[in-house]
Order: sequence, then C-alpha cells, then structure tokens
Amino acid sequence: MQTQAFQRVYTKIEQLTKATCTLRAQDVGNEELALVHGRLAQVVKIMGDEITLQVFSGTEGIPTNAEVVFFGKPPVLNVSDELAGRFFDAFGRPIDGGPDVQGEEREIGGPSVNPVRREQPSELITTGIAGIDLNNTLVTGQKIPFFADPDQPYNQVMAMVALRAEADKIILGGMGLTNDDYLFYKQVFENAGALHRIVSFVNTTENPPVERLLVPDMALTAAEYFAIDKNEKVLVLLTDMTLYADALSIVSNRMDQIPSKDSMPGSLYSDLAKIYEKAVQFEAGGSITIIAVTTLSSGDITHAVPDNTGYITEGQLFLRRDTEIGKVIVDPFRSLSRLKQLVIGKKTRADHPQVMNAAIRLYADAANARTKLENGFDLTDYDERTLQFAKEYSDRLLAIDVNIDTTEMLNIAWQLFAKYFSKAEVGIKQEFVEKYWG
Amino acid sequence: MKNQSTGTVSGIIANLAIIKVEGPVAQNEVCYLRHKDTDLMAEVIKIRSGYAYAQVFESTRGIKVGTPVRFMGHLLEATLGPGILSRNYDGLMHDLGTMSGIFLQRGEYTDALDKAKLWHFKPLAQPGDTVQAGAWLGEVQENAVPHRIMVPFMWQGSFTVQSVAPEGEYRVEDEIATLSDASGRQLKVTMTQQWPVKQAVRAYVDKPRPYQLLETGVRTIDTLNPIVEGGTGFIPGPFGSGKTVLQQAISRQADADVVIVAACGERANEVVELFKEFPELDDPWHPGRRLMERTVIIANTSNMPVAAREASVYTAMTIAEYYRSMGLKVLLLADSTSRWAQALREMSNRMEELPGPDAFPMDLSAIISNFYSRAGMVRLSNNQSGSITFIGTVSPAGGNLKEPVTESTRKAARCFYALSQQRADSKRYPAIDPIDSYSKYLEYPELQETLAKAISPDWVDKVNRLKNILLRGKEAAEQINILGDDGVTVDYHLTFWRSEVVDAVILQQDAFDSIDARTPLARQQYMTDWVLRICDTHFQFDSFEQVNPYFKRVVNQMKQMNYSEFESEQFRSFEKELEEMLREGEGSRR
Ligand SMILES: Nc1ncnc2c1ncn2[C@@H]1O[C@H](COP(=O)(O)OP(=O)(O)OP(=O)(O)O)[C@@H](O)[C@H]1O
Ligand SMILES: [Mg+2]
Repeated sequence: MQTQAFQRVYTKIEQLTKATCTLRAQDVGNEELALVHGRLAQVVKIMGDEITLQVFSGTEGIPTNAEVVFFGKPPVLNVSDELAGRFFDAFGRPIDGGPDVQGEEREIGGPSVNPVRREQPSELITTGIAGIDLNNTLVTGQKIPFFADPDQPYNQVMAMVALRAEADKIILGGMGLTNDDYLFYKQVFENAGALHRIVSFVNTTENPPVERLLVPDMALTAAEYFAIDKNEKVLVLLTDMTLYADALSIVSNRMDQIPSKDSMPGSLYSDLAKIYEKAVQFEAGGSITIIAVTTLSSGDITHAVPDNTGYITEGQLFLRRDTEIGKVIVDPFRSLSRLKQLVIGKKTRADHPQVMNAAIRLYADAANARTKLENGFDLTDYDERTLQFAKEYSDRLLAIDVNIDTTEMLNIAWQLFAKYFSKAEVGIKQEFVEKYWG
Repeated sequence: MKNQSTGTVSGIIANLAIIKVEGPVAQNEVCYLRHKDTDLMAEVIKIRSGYAYAQVFESTRGIKVGTPVRFMGHLLEATLGPGILSRNYDGLMHDLGTMSGIFLQRGEYTDALDKAKLWHFKPLAQPGDTVQAGAWLGEVQENAVPHRIMVPFMWQGSFTVQSVAPEGEYRVEDEIATLSDASGRQLKVTMTQQWPVKQAVRAYVDKPRPYQLLETGVRTIDTLNPIVEGGTGFIPGPFGSGKTVLQQAISRQADADVVIVAACGERANEVVELFKEFPELDDPWHPGRRLMERTVIIANTSNMPVAAREASVYTAMTIAEYYRSMGLKVLLLADSTSRWAQALREMSNRMEELPGPDAFPMDLSAIISNFYSRAGMVRLSNNQSGSITFIGTVSPAGGNLKEPVTESTRKAARCFYALSQQRADSKRYPAIDPIDSYSKYLEYPELQETLAKAISPDWVDKVNRLKNILLRGKEAAEQINILGDDGVTVDYHLTFWRSEVVDAVILQQDAFDSIDARTPLARQQYMTDWVLRICDTHFQFDSFEQVNPYFKRVVNQMKQMNYSEFESEQFRSFEKELEEMLREGEGSRR
C-alpha cells in the first residue's frame, strides 16, 4: 500500500494502549488509514483534534515520537481480472511473490445493495453430499456457515463443496488459518486445476490477530467486482469467523467498550451481519454465495458467536461424528438451509420436500428409541426398525463422503422407507407413495 | 421550533456524531451533516453543554471535525398521504423503488409519495361542519382501500370547514379544503401531512377493549390462542425456529385491510421474498386483488444503518396509525423487535450511559411497552372504528427467554406465541409451544361472546378441551418415558396419542403447502370437531402395541384430509376411510 503526495506526518503520540494510539492531528476523516511507525492503522475515534487509531499489528515497541502518516482514505483494494489466481494478505498485498494488482481502486466495506435491486435466490448449488443437497439444499446468493467443533474436518468439506459447486470464482478469506490449512487449500485448488478461479486473502496464525478484521471486507470487495462487473457466480469461503469475532472482542475490549454476552462487543450482531449480508443474487445473473465456518467450543451453540451467526445466516450446517458408523455426518436435526424452499420440489423432483421431512422424522424416532434403550426399557418392534433405518440412512445419505445426484438420494430414501416401514408409518402424500414406493 | 440552528462536527465515534451547536436545538431534532456533496441525515439523541450528540443514519466514513451541520427545526417525521400502499420504504420512509443504482448511496433520499400522480378526490365534509384532527374531509381510492383525507393530526382544537374542493383529480400537495379556527384564521388542507414518528397519533375518541377475532388461517393461533383486531402479540424463539415463516404466513393470510411489514434488522433475502411474491399472490380477502396492493414494506435489513433500524419500527407504527384513523383494520408486523432493542443498546453504550441488564438501556421496558401501547382498536369521532393489531418477533440471545427483551415484551403484549426449539428440531411446524403459549383475549367475555356467535356457542369449551388434552398428553408422555411403554397402563398410551392427534391435525401446519397453509375458520371448526370426536371415542385395545400403529394410521389419514381441498371428493373419501378406521378401533378387540 503506497502513501501519497499530500500525506501529513505527525511525530507526537500522546497515549498508547495494546491496540490503539492517540495523537493530536487535524483534518482527519473517520475510518481513514494511517501508518504508525511503519504499521498500518485505522482511525476509530475522533474527539476534537484528538485522533484514536487502531494499530492492526499491535503497538509493541512503538515510541511516543514515532512517525504517523495519514493516507487520507479508508482501506482500498485494486480490482481487476488480475486478482484471479492470486494470494494476498489481510491488507491486500501479494504474498505469492507476484506483482501488485493493477486496477480500479475501491474502498472496502462499501455500501449495501438496495434490497429492491436484489433478485430472489433460485439457482441450486449441488455438492453431491446428501446431508446438504437432500436435507439442506444450498442456493446461489445464500449465506450459510458450518458449525463445527475445532476437530471436525470443516476445511476439507468446505474445499470439496467449493470445487463441486461450479462457481466462476472462489474467494478464500482465511482468518487465523494455520499455515498447514492454508497450504492445504492451496494444494487442493492446485490439484483440481482450479487455481485460476481462486482469489485468496489470508491471515494465518502467524499474523497479528487484529489484521483479520480486514479479511472479510477485502474478500467481499473482490467478490463484488466479479459478481457485479463481470456477472460471475462467486463463492466466498470465510474460515474461521469465530476467530474473526475474537479479534473484534480484542479491539472493543482495548477501547473500553462495555462488553455484552461472552465478552463480545454489543455490536457483534451488526458487525457480523454487515459481512454476511454481502451475499446476494443480482438480476443480471451474478451472485455472491458465502459459506463460512464458525467453530464451536464443545458444541455450544448458545455462545454469542454461533448464536448471533445463526440469527444472521440462512441456516447452518452442523458437522458431527456419528459413532455408530464411524463417519462425520451433516446432522439433520440442527442443520438447516432456509433457502431450500425456493428450489426443492421445484428444481428437484416434486417428492423432495416430503421425502426429506419423512426421513428426518423417522430419524428422530430412532433417537427417541435410543434414549429408551439407554434408560433400560424394552424396545417395540417399531423402535427396532427405526434404529436399523437410522444406521443405514446415516451411512448411505448423511455421511459427508457421499457423492451422488439428488434424484439418486431420493431413490435411496424411498428404498429405505420400504425396507423398514409401512406406508402409514412413513406418512407421505398419497400421490408420491403411489409413484415411488418400493 | 421554527428558527433553524447550525453547528459543526467536533467528534465521531462510529455512527455517533458530537456537534457543537450555535443556537437552540431540540431533543430528537433532525439534522444533516454536509459531507462532500451530500447531506447525511442524523437525529439528536442527547444534548449536553452546547453539544448535541446525534446518531447518524448513514456510514460516517470520512467525516471530519469541522463538517457543517444544519438543524431542521423538526423531529423525525413520516410523510403521510395517498400512495403509501404497495411501496417499499427504508426505515426513514424513503422510497427504495425510486432510488438509482444497485447500491444504497449515502445521502440519497427519495420522496415517500409520488407528487405528480393524480388522485380522484371525492369530498366527504360540507362547509360549516365542525371538525378536529383526524376528521375525514374527503377520500380517494387507493387500490382496494378508501383512503380518507383527514384534518392533519398536528392541528389542535376545533375547526369549521370553509370549503372542500369539488370531486376531481388532484395531486397530493394540492389544496382540497380550507378550514377556519376559533380566531377565524384560514387554514389550507392538502392530501399530505407530516407526523413525528416517535409520538403516538391521538386523533380518536377512545380505545375500547378489542372483541373481534382476527382470522389468520393459522390453526394453532385462531383455534387455540386467538388474536383480536387491535390486539398485541409476540413471537419469541431461537434462531431457525420459524418466527419469520409464521409472520409471513400471517401477513399473507390475515383478514386485514392494510398490512405493514417492518423488516427490522433481519435478512435482506427475506424482504426480497416479499417484494417478489406479494405482487403475484392473490389477496384472500379481497377477490381479484393482489397482496401487494394492501401491503407496505419498511425494510431496514441488518446491513442497513443501525440508527435507522430504531426509526423503522416507529415509521411503521405511524403509517399504521394513519390508516387506522381512516377506519381500517391494520395489521402491523415487526421482525425482529430484538434488533431494534440492540440498536438502542449500541447507541446507549456509545454514549457511555449506565447500562441495565445485559447492557441494554435502563428504560428498555418502558420503551417497549410504550410502543406496544400504540396498537389497539379505536373509536373515531364519527363513531367508526379502526384497529392496529401488532405482532412482533423476539430473538432471545441463546434462545433463553429470561432476557431483557423477552421479559419486557411479555409485560406489554397480550398474546404469547413461544416457539420451541424442540418442536422445530422435530419439524413440528409451526413450532408454537401449545402449553407455554397463551392468548389473554380468550379470557375476555367480549371475545367469548363473538366466538359463540360466529362459530358455535360451545366453541371456547372445545378450545379448552383441546388444551387440556395436550396437557394431559404431555404428562402421559413423561410417565411413559420414566416407566417404560409397558410400565404404564394402556390408558396412558391412549392419553398420549389423543394429544398427538391434536398436535398433528390442529397444531402442525405446512406453511409451504398451497392448501394446508391457510385454514379458514369454518374448516378449523370442522377439523376440531373431528379431533374431539376421536378423542371422545372409547377404544378397545388390549396392549400398547396396538395403540401406536392404529393412531399412526389415524393421524396419517387426517393429515391427508388437511392436504386436500376442503369438502372435495378427495377430502370426502379420506374422511370415509377415517370413519371406517374409527369403527374398527371402537369395535374390535384385536
Ligand atoms: N410452518 C412451517 N412449515 C414448514 N417449515 C417451516 C415452518 N416454519 C419454519 N419452517 C422451517 O424453518 C426455517 C426457519 O424458519 P424462520 O426463518 O422463520 O426462522 P426464524 O425463527 O425467523 O429464525 P431467525 O431468528 O434466524 O430469523 C424455514 O426456512 C423453514 O425451513
Ligand atoms: Mg427470522
């Protein structure tokens, strides 16, 4: 990032905290960028001539006579087709040894799309994973996170989904990504011959955490370029949003804001919503779909980060290890895609909604039967059958290693119904039963 | 508040601007920050020793110390007049439809009304009439609604009508009447007026207790916990439990003249669904009309400026009050009131006010109950009545109902529709918990009387029986869980299954099925009678192992009825099979 001719230089810092510094300066705009002792910083508070800057990499070692240079503008990204295939840091600087990107300079974190200019999402995204395509169908323009404990293979699943999704561009926003995971993504995309469709903005665990705060906006500014200027189908992967939120809490904490639940800032909902709401379907055909990861601590979804995320996103995909079959599955109870209504039974076979619901209902009955068993009660014949059904359903449909098309998923479900249940027990609309039973 | 003051920005923290003011300034006064070539709207929320603290309704990026500010001498206002229906507004009542470009540009403020459109005006008042604020002077036809042109709500006292314009075509800003006040001053009335949104419109005689059922077509509401015209209700529930789907079903199906949907801090795609579908969908209560014709959407989605989110619910309420004053049945829906409370919290924290529970402002409860109290049925000066029924959703943090917004709302709203995570997880939609939820109106003798007349004299008894069956079924289920299937008598299983019939046939309703989604009252009554008949039947079962499969068949059969066109051939044939099943269960000791 280059400084410009009209830059103003100051050398008297009055106050320093772990993440911020305060000095007297004139003619400074809110959210403007600056260099403090060679480190990037952004204006977060103005009180008369007293300017408070957030220093992204921390203030360690900054002296009171450090040089402070204001840029006169907020963070920007140069956008053009040259972005494709490139890897950048949180500030949009190349980390792949390549040249700077030439293109139009755009402010990141720009305005929202007018809701009346949006199109209703309607284009199905298929992943081959039945836990997604059958039970939680995704649509372009949707925003949805994986909820997963840190030991779940969410990065692998996400990479797989991204590659199968037939997106024109995949934009990876990595926040607090371990170097190994970063290299994993790079390699998977490379092996798939997809590197030319990828743009990455990465903050690894080796970088200062506060820098992460820029990653989503960088990724989404690039996404908007391809979706609007180029009418492309863009898929944005954000991993891990919990680490993003942690950075938010670090900053708000250092600025002495009153924390709300789980020491997160009171504005957490709005902060996350501003990111996720960039997901959009445009009339002209371009779209931004956001698939994110929110790591949980021991499955607790009432923690402020997953809780607020759930209220913002259009569903969530819950990964869980099914000990019975020894595989990771997409949990049908806590997972949900709220936009599935727009496509299931319309873009997919008409029996899709009913089959999906019936199978989950029976799976729930199996969970009840299991509780009974654990409490030492006898099982009825029906209970026994639900347990057998659940096992096969989990293995053949819920497991993340499944890769089949939606019609086949439906056919398998019907087979399982007929194998274990009577028609009345399944309770599907007569017209479908007549057509597909057995 | 006529002379306009000026000021300059002296501080910025996020969307809070601290402004040094020259001249007088009022709490909640509107001001504009001049940034580059645009004016950014803001509202004063605190004044301290020569400084006004204003919440800016836009991003404050780039704003500097010294930015000039203009105070407008009025509070945050809504512009009222013909042409509001079927429009989509932002939280400050700017028309989203007439904005240019894909993005919402800072400072692009569009008019609420189409000033060029001609309306066919018919006079209602006569010269010599004595009138006061809210009195009807004339009317224009707005879609299916007779839109009354009223004496501005702001005008205090009595007036004498001097003249009313003859029937003809007029624009909203044309004069349609001249009034004179007690001192003989002549006042011109146009078809448009302004109202400060945070104040309640009081242009009515009184607010009687509501007594008329508001049919929503949602069985678990209408049958079990009905809401009334002019009633209030709230829907708390964890994320994904079905608040929005339920509210949207109500917005499509409810028997209202005007429906106002305030999308408050929720998802943009959800309003897009309304934008796209409502112009296509038929209004079930006004044949030949489209839903959009009776609907107004106020959209301040979660990515739109937070300060305007707080304003959006007030804007929506003001529009509701305007149409209520015309003697109309208005339904106001807000999704989600928690986002509004959070907007208040963000501002209050930024101003370093002493926080209350969960860092919400101390006066949250008062703010919420004040808002809910603006709903209700009113009697107008011409003896006509109008109503605002208000239903808000609440999004409790962590799904825990013991949090400030839910608790404050519980004090203010009379219907409580609690969505249960457990029901949602088992896809028992709508996930309204039948046991925790309540409608206080069901206890109103006024409503009981209307229900007795409109449905049947013993209706309320039947409803209470359904509730009782559900409660006893829950108890039986608990016993069965503790003692095991064969640790209890067959009666326990029967009790449990009776409640399952009520649950499956009355409570559960598929909001996405074209037939099941909306159940008219007569059909609700019909199915209730069927359910009660089954619950009254004396079954002969030897063991619990017979109960389960039998009732599964019964439930399945009745669901098929719910999915069929009412009283159609198909419906009748399912019904006939159900009759046979019933005889089989009664008769045989299998
Ligand atoms: N009556 C219903 N029939 C069928 N499905 C339903 C029904 N109600 C809810 N659902 C399902 O639940 C999903 C979530 O519902 P909804 O969006 O209304 O939740 P919400 O409570 O508004 O959540 P949030 O607080 O996050 O906005 C829907 O997308 C749909 O799949
Ligand atoms: Mg919702």
